[in-house]
Amino acid sequence: MPELMQFLMSGVTVGAVYALVALGFTIIYNASDVVNFAQGEFVMLGGMLTVLCYANGLPLPVAALIAIAVTAAAGVALNKLAIEPARGAPVVSLIIITIGASIFIRGVSQIVFGKQLHRFPSFSGDAPIPVLGATILPQGLWVIAGGLAVFFGLWLFFTRTLTGRAVLATANNRMAAQLVGINTRYVMSLSFALSAAIGALAGVLVTPITLVSYDIGISLALKGFAAAMLGGMGNPKGALAGGLLLGLMEALTAGYVSSQYKDAAAFVVILGVLFFMPQGLFGTKTTERV
Amino acid sequence: MRLSTKATTLLVLAIAIALAPALFPSAFYYRVGALIFINGLAVTGLVVLIGYAGQISLGHAGFFGIGAYACALAPVHLGLHPVLAVVFGAALSGGIAWLVGRPILRLKGYYLAVASLGFGVLVAMVLANEAWLTGGPDGIAVADPGLRGALRAIGIDLSNAQFWYAFCGLALVIGAWLALNLHDSPTGRALRALHGSEIAARTAGVDVARYKLHAFVISAVYASVAGSLLALQNRLVTPDMAGFMHSIEMVTMTVLGGAASVPGAILGAAILTALPQVLTVFQEYEMLMLGLIMMLVMIFMRQGLLPSLARLLRGRGG
Amino acid sequence: MKLINATALAGTLAVAFGLAAPASADIRIGATLSETGPAAFLGDPEAKTLKMLVEEINAAGGVGGEKIDLVLYDDGGDPNKARTFATRLIEDDEVVAIIGGTTTGTSMAIIPVVEEAEVPFISLAGAIEIIDPVRPYTFKTPHTDRMACAKIFEDMKARGFTRIGLISGSDGFGASMRKQCLDIVGDYGIEVLADETYGPTDADMTPQLTNIKGTAGIEAVLNPGFGQGPAIVTRNYAQIAVGLPFYQSHGVASDSFIELAGKAESEGVRLPGTALLVANILAGDDPQREVAVAYKTRYESATGTPVSTFGGYAHDAVRILVDALGRAGSAEPQAIRDAIEATSGFVGTTGTVTMSPEDHLGLDLSAFRMLEIRDGGWTLVE
Repeated sequence: MPELMQFLMSGVTVGAVYALVALGFTIIYNASDVVNFAQGEFVMLGGMLTVLCYANGLPLPVAALIAIAVTAAAGVALNKLAIEPARGAPVVSLIIITIGASIFIRGVSQIVFGKQLHRFPSFSGDAPIPVLGATILPQGLWVIAGGLAVFFGLWLFFTRTLTGRAVLATANNRMAAQLVGINTRYVMSLSFALSAAIGALAGVLVTPITLVSYDIGISLALKGFAAAMLGGMGNPKGALAGGLLLGLMEALTAGYVSSQYKDAAAFVVILGVLFFMPQGLFGTKTTERV
Repeated sequence: MRLSTKATTLLVLAIAIALAPALFPSAFYYRVGALIFINGLAVTGLVVLIGYAGQISLGHAGFFGIGAYACALAPVHLGLHPVLAVVFGAALSGGIAWLVGRPILRLKGYYLAVASLGFGVLVAMVLANEAWLTGGPDGIAVADPGLRGALRAIGIDLSNAQFWYAFCGLALVIGAWLALNLHDSPTGRALRALHGSEIAARTAGVDVARYKLHAFVISAVYASVAGSLLALQNRLVTPDMAGFMHSIEMVTMTVLGGAASVPGAILGAAILTALPQVLTVFQEYEMLMLGLIMMLVMIFMRQGLLPSLARLLRGRGG
Repeated sequence: MKLINATALAGTLAVAFGLAAPASADIRIGATLSETGPAAFLGDPEAKTLKMLVEEINAAGGVGGEKIDLVLYDDGGDPNKARTFATRLIEDDEVVAIIGGTTTGTSMAIIPVVEEAEVPFISLAGAIEIIDPVRPYTFKTPHTDRMACAKIFEDMKARGFTRIGLISGSDGFGASMRKQCLDIVGDYGIEVLADETYGPTDADMTPQLTNIKGTAGIEAVLNPGFGQGPAIVTRNYAQIAVGLPFYQSHGVASDSFIELAGKAESEGVRLPGTALLVANILAGDDPQREVAVAYKTRYESATGTPVSTFGGYAHDAVRILVDALGRAGSAEPQAIRDAIEATSGFVGTTGTVTMSPEDHLGLDLSAFRMLEIRDGGWTLVE
């Protein structure tokens, strides 16, 4: 029983990170119909920039805020320079563009930040907290709390603020949104900035546990993408559910079945979901106009 | 006698391959040439899938890996001659593609992308984990196919690099010929029809599911043969041949030069294979430049390099 | 359209290779390392070391009055690229010797090329397959992973452990070392009761460690792996309080490991390392002390980062090569090869090297030191 608890702790912690990455995918997909494979790089940038600022003497919270702000700017730049000019391109082209962007960001990071692993101290120390026979690190709690805070904040944003509802409107039908006077370009930039900031926040929260180096983005992007698909691409609830589910599946497979194939379990389940429930857990069935 | 476009393409390709060695300052270029031909063969298959049929696959390196490992394992475990192992690998890849393709191809767009990605990742994982069979993450050696020896016996003595340049070049010309033939065949027309609109094609009587599967299997076989050739040339196979990054490279090569046409994709393969060699001068910046090229070409030259260049040269009329 | 294809094809090839370096009278040495990619952690210090040493040697007048020209390529950890660069070094750059192959995969890809071209190759990778079976032109400087296992098991046996748990990275390094360890563990009267693995980019290994903790009778745990994995494993190990003696592999023998894993978490961890990490506390009459201290000081002041064992492998490779060049009296690959094989009593940072036609590594277990992390620093275990 305490073993199961430990697996669950591990799954939820890792799952929270996947959920945040998946949420980033979802926001951008809703805004622009593009799956942004560079999402993982935002997580990396969040961690790396914080390391850089902290190493140069800035206090940790300030370093983190700067990292998130700079990454948000990077997200806006990505939209303006790479995604917007490619409006209407076929899916394959968009995939290559965003993967190209992720490779570009990685290439720049490699030069600017170097290739070594880095870390900064946990926010509230490293003393493990016992929970029902298992332990969780304080930083793990920060990750989970951060994830929940982001989702709650976004829920408030989308349902209670005018800007948030403008974003939802644009996602639903861009033409109609423009017609009612919503500045869709601003909404796009905002979505990218938000998505990048969320990714960066995930990076800041998780680096004390998992360390950061210039190339951690790609596997995070893959997992986050799979989680978003699992939950239903385009649905924030789906991103949360998909991310947590993916994390739990990995932990339970590693614990009970085989640690070698834990990544495989996740992909096998996703393939299963895609075959039997193609729109994902929470997605809506789409109809195609002929 | 006016040559058709297809014949001209093949002729130009064959002549370029035959004459290029005259420009080679050293034997190293044979190696790069052979790699270009291997990648060219793999992307020719993807042209059928992405260009003709309009599908996506982010996991085709899985088939490349299967073909490669077939050449490593079949001679040892099944006693097959390495060249027969190539055929075995192709059959195995085709069979797996047939099994996997049926459910996967019902999906579209990003869903198809993630499903194919999952397939590729699973293949790479199996290759890396089942060390008792595959040698694990460090790979396994491949036996000498003995082809150079056979040639030597009849009096033709080629260096390793020269032999593979010629052999892969020949394979590419044959592969290109088959793909170009496919384009004009009933299957090719069906594929192009369903690319344009699946509903319309279905209404016109085209069995969409069956033809999509055909395209998937054909492209899998191409990738498999390409993988086998690389395995036989390198005498070593590693799991990253089936990895996600390799799948991305393959798709990028195809789309970069122009997914709709075989010469376009081969151009893309040539550029992306030669690029790391050119960029050794800027080794630090290689990743950065690769990403930049991917973005710029796809944003400004959506059809790929070849059609854009052709349009440029033909002038802006129409 | 088709004309463009031909022109583009020929043009790309022609343009690409107009960048061949001009020939000169210098001694040209080639290197292909994994400066980027999953093994950048290893390849980066190796590249920095090579450049630093060649600069130093040339500043002192070169070898026999001739400067060394280093041609360095980055294969990104890709064996296919490594082979291509090896071919390029031999055919295009016309080097007389190659140092490189950061990983086993890249080294194994390079070997057929150097053996056919008959150019000596000093590998910087760990697996035993590189020099076993012995190939005429292939040498290596790092201890084999088998030796690392032997050293660890020796120490475990001395402490009376007979049943252990294993948690390995599924990358090449971890998988290869795990295989070697499982091969020889019986020879030390030790049994492996738990055998877990993790992926090199995994973020949390508590499930696997929980399983190990839950397996009754385990007395010690060993973690073959390198990079971020072992650091995370070490943190998780402390987090769930496994409480058993913990061994790491030589893959993490660097100061940055202690920093990444955490001072408190890495307390008491043992691993086999070379003299480099403890250069400053070696006995005054230790033959390696001078070499280790000199390299450590030089590297740390030149790069501003702590010294790493992997850089040490590169250091030894260069020094052995230069030593061989001096003894060979000529810069012909064949002569260099013979001189490398005749290396005897050469003191490097990895150990004292004596090669022979049957032994292209030249090290024994004595060069490996058992180290323990205490109070955030390295100490020697007697």
